[in-house]
Amino acid sequence: MPAIITRTPVDTERKDPGIGGKPPVDHRPTGGGGDGENWDKHPHGRRGPRELLGHYRLGLFFALAGDLMFFTALVLAFYVQQHTGHIDPANDYVLDWVPLVIPPILWINTAIILLSSITMEVARRQLFSEIHVMEEWFGLGRPAVKRAAPWLIATAVLGSLFLAGQLLAWSQLKAEGVYYASSPSSHFFYMITATHGLHLLLGVFALTAALLALFLAKRMEIRQIAVDCAAWYWHTMGILWIFLFGLLLFGQ
Amino acid sequence: MLVFSTHDAAVFLLTGAPFWGMPPGASLHSPAIDALMRTSLGILLGFLLLAQVLAFTGLFLAPRAKTRFSAPWRWGMLVVLVALFVWMTAVAEHLWTATSIAKAEANAVQVEVTGVQFEWYFRYPGPDGVYGRTRPELIDAAGGNPLGVDPNDPHSKDDLVRSVLVLPVGEEVHVQLRAQDVIHGFFIPAMRVKLNAVPGRVTQLHFTPMKTGSYAIVCSQVCGLGHYRMHAELRVVTAAEFAQWQAQQEAAQAEP
Amino acid sequence: MDESLKKRSRFRRCVLTTDHRVIGMQYLWLGLAAVTCGTLLSLLMRIHLVWPNTAMPGYGMLKPEDYLALVTIHGTLMIFFVLTAAPQNGLASLVLPGQIGARRMVFPVLNALSFWIVLGSLLVLLATFAVTGGAPISGWTSYPPLSAIAGAGPGQAMGMDLWLVSIALFCFGSILSAISVIATVLLRRAPGMTWMRMPLTVWSWFVGACMIVPAFSVLLAAATMLFSDRHMGTSFFLPAVDVVSGHILHRAGGSPLLWLHLFWFFGHPEVYIAVLPAMGLTSALLANFSRRPPISYRAMVYATIAIGVLGFMVWGHHMFVSGMNPYASRSFSLTTIAIAVPSTIEVILWLGTLMGGGLRRTTPLLFTLGFLSMFITGGATGPILAQPVLDSYLHNTYFVVAHFHLVMGMAGVFALFAAVYYWFPLMTGRMMNEALGKWHFWLTLVGAYAVFFPMHWAGLAGEPRHYAQLTGTAAYLAQLVPLQKFISLAAFALGAAQLLFVWNLLHSMRHGRIAARNPWQATTLEWSEAYAEDAPENAQTVMVGGPYEYSLPHDQAGTAIPCETIVERE
Repeated sequence: MPAIITRTPVDTERKDPGIGGKPPVDHRPTGGGGDGENWDKHPHGRRGPRELLGHYRLGLFFALAGDLMFFTALVLAFYVQQHTGHIDPANDYVLDWVPLVIPPILWINTAIILLSSITMEVARRQLFSEIHVMEEWFGLGRPAVKRAAPWLIATAVLGSLFLAGQLLAWSQLKAEGVYYASSPSSHFFYMITATHGLHLLLGVFALTAALLALFLAKRMEIRQIAVDCAAWYWHTMGILWIFLFGLLLFGQ
Repeated sequence: MLVFSTHDAAVFLLTGAPFWGMPPGASLHSPAIDALMRTSLGILLGFLLLAQVLAFTGLFLAPRAKTRFSAPWRWGMLVVLVALFVWMTAVAEHLWTATSIAKAEANAVQVEVTGVQFEWYFRYPGPDGVYGRTRPELIDAAGGNPLGVDPNDPHSKDDLVRSVLVLPVGEEVHVQLRAQDVIHGFFIPAMRVKLNAVPGRVTQLHFTPMKTGSYAIVCSQVCGLGHYRMHAELRVVTAAEFAQWQAQQEAAQAEP
Repeated sequence: MDESLKKRSRFRRCVLTTDHRVIGMQYLWLGLAAVTCGTLLSLLMRIHLVWPNTAMPGYGMLKPEDYLALVTIHGTLMIFFVLTAAPQNGLASLVLPGQIGARRMVFPVLNALSFWIVLGSLLVLLATFAVTGGAPISGWTSYPPLSAIAGAGPGQAMGMDLWLVSIALFCFGSILSAISVIATVLLRRAPGMTWMRMPLTVWSWFVGACMIVPAFSVLLAAATMLFSDRHMGTSFFLPAVDVVSGHILHRAGGSPLLWLHLFWFFGHPEVYIAVLPAMGLTSALLANFSRRPPISYRAMVYATIAIGVLGFMVWGHHMFVSGMNPYASRSFSLTTIAIAVPSTIEVILWLGTLMGGGLRRTTPLLFTLGFLSMFITGGATGPILAQPVLDSYLHNTYFVVAHFHLVMGMAGVFALFAAVYYWFPLMTGRMMNEALGKWHFWLTLVGAYAVFFPMHWAGLAGEPRHYAQLTGTAAYLAQLVPLQKFISLAAFALGAAQLLFVWNLLHSMRHGRIAARNPWQATTLEWSEAYAEDAPENAQTVMVGGPYEYSLPHDQAGTAIPCETIVERE
């Protein structure tokens, strides 16, 4: 059993390996300020100012991957349903798919969500501007927070506008007599917009949380993480909406 | 009760079971299917016993620097097994083409089978060869119209709806499967056919009974609390008997 | 005052903890509770199948619908809460960080949250028995329209809703756990722990977690759509006209087959999620107890990855008789034969290791052999069931029941037993009783074969599954009653043998022999000193060799864990 010893730097090869094997990769890119410092030589938890951020981003990306698979399942079901019919009393096989006319307000909503992605990105970049970050890091002031907050609020407002627009689209459809249960195409329209809307609602909550974190979190690292993760989530939902909108528009 | 059951189990173990294999096949393709099944089962049982022996003798072998199961053996084993899989697949796909990918002959006997919780109904199109229209509003099992056949449709006049499937021997049967409520599984063990009846769809299968006799039809897809008792009889008769039966039934239907 | 503080701290230590080891043990306890319930339910099923007129004390006679409710909950418990939650979420949480030289997982709170969600899911599932109508009767696959229409049977109302809620919760919980596993493997490997130095168990958990994220997301989508069909008048899975016991249901027109596709797109990867950890564990334990490295570590890794990828391409082999296009059946049959190849490679390599001889005949090794035995026996019928033309006869018969109970159920349970016997010292610092363990193994092995092997004959004889009883049905099934009685008696014996394990577990927790730090002379990091609870907080393990550098048999010099521990200079 090896004793606990103290030595640096870390050597990951045995002096006499005894058994073959490739040498380990020792230049995995992680955080760091781009100054050539190899943070990997440090123990976990001390790998630079962006170690924790990297962790949260990675976790978020996998969660989003699962989420996208959820929507993929819906989209595949959409295509299957398009080619599904039933047997009518005269023993004929009829396709049930009646294309749905998309309410034009969705174009405005799409513009809003695109705009919100831009404001979100502006907010996110405020927290990664080096000079401001250094100032906040040393506790000299809160320039990044002050600059990011209005943009975050703008994003949340635009997000809420998008949600209101989606509700308006629903009510327009309902006024035309197209309900959730009306036809296969309406099932998918409502299902897709509702699940996406739910995700966006969660996104607005995430923005609110990020806003709170901006003012309440004591560590700059946490403030960065809160805004950065909310931003990536927001962008994903935006891109997803563009795709879903295209599907609802042209895929019918 | 437990004593009796122990007795039953002992009888089972001592006398060999009443059943060690598939019920005798009675369709055109059943000999080929059975042969493939027996051969595959036999070969795989052999490999499986060999592997079990290897695994458990390993427990008692003295240690040795190199394994007794050297690389050529391992590769050989893999190649043999993969070749076996490929052979099985080739034979099986050939049969699959004959049983399921090929369409039924145009002059095949037509039967429509409908699964309802927990009954099978068999409809013959009659002399005109066309099934009459069905309408869900007309479904009335107690009133003698379990499928909702529309009496106003001229094609439905000669449709026969029965709860026993009667078929002529040696002739191909084209079965159109429907379900009224939930998914049912149409399974005739002796004919080696099984296909789900799916509500809202018509699924199709065809087979050729080759021996006269009475066979069981069961439901193979869980369909509710009476799933186990959803069964019917398939009676395979000679062509002459079939024609006679059909004429009799048609006459009986025209009577009232 | 002091007492209450103590109590609170104990509560925090054992319940509100984010310590991955404790969470792993919580998952194992949950698995034990679920497997106990599931086994009791299956024994009730066995009674009703062959003695349908037996009165149950305190309940009366079981009805056919009760039988189907038992089937549904038995399947759901075993597949989700035993074969997924325990070996994948549980064991990964227990030992994965240790095996890659990490002191904690990347998202400890997420990991803890996953356990509490899964526990909630279990409670919701068990609550189905208490609601009006009882538990759902449509089996763990819940094919619509049976599962979509409340009037289609008892238990399909409130019970089915709760089932869907339970499954949705389980999806969330498992995805959280999988994210935590993936992130930990990607971010927390010790220096020197390269991909090709990772233990094969870690590879299996990693691939399993990568399968969980997409597979359970699809199930979640399907469950959402089914819920909508049940309560919002949609028709994702319902035909335009459906007549259930005289009531005509008009909907917009969808397809029940869509559910089958979505469900099995989840369902087949799920089978591999359940069995991959067992395969990794087998490789690791065979290496340890034969004191030699696996014959080809790389082949094992690539086979694991191949299974993970191919696992998503074979779902259609559950649907050969569903009315799917016969050409689609053909292509799914080919991919299924393709996935048999990596499994065959793994089996051949394990047998090769065994043929080196000189095995240490410990209880964990015996259970590993038990896994191998069950996996081979169950797997042997796989290539038969992969042929649509043979499956047309065997589908939904007892042959399939035998197949998956052996290859997934029993194999997975044997591997879980091996894992518990093997890592018990890590969890408790004590050893389990070896003599009792060996009795437990041989009785379980014989019992498992006595229960599941005869089912092949019942299947070949044409007995469909989900049949509540053999009286009042097609006449030919009556001939199978003696066979089924034998199986029922064997099932009771098998269940009784498990009491040995429970007693061994509970007794050894308090009174077992104190274990050495590395009782099995393993070479993986979870047994190293740096991972002990008394190691300095800032100790960092550095891996300097491969995971299974065992020397040739019985050479004690080869048992050192190839790692060094450094403490950062302040």
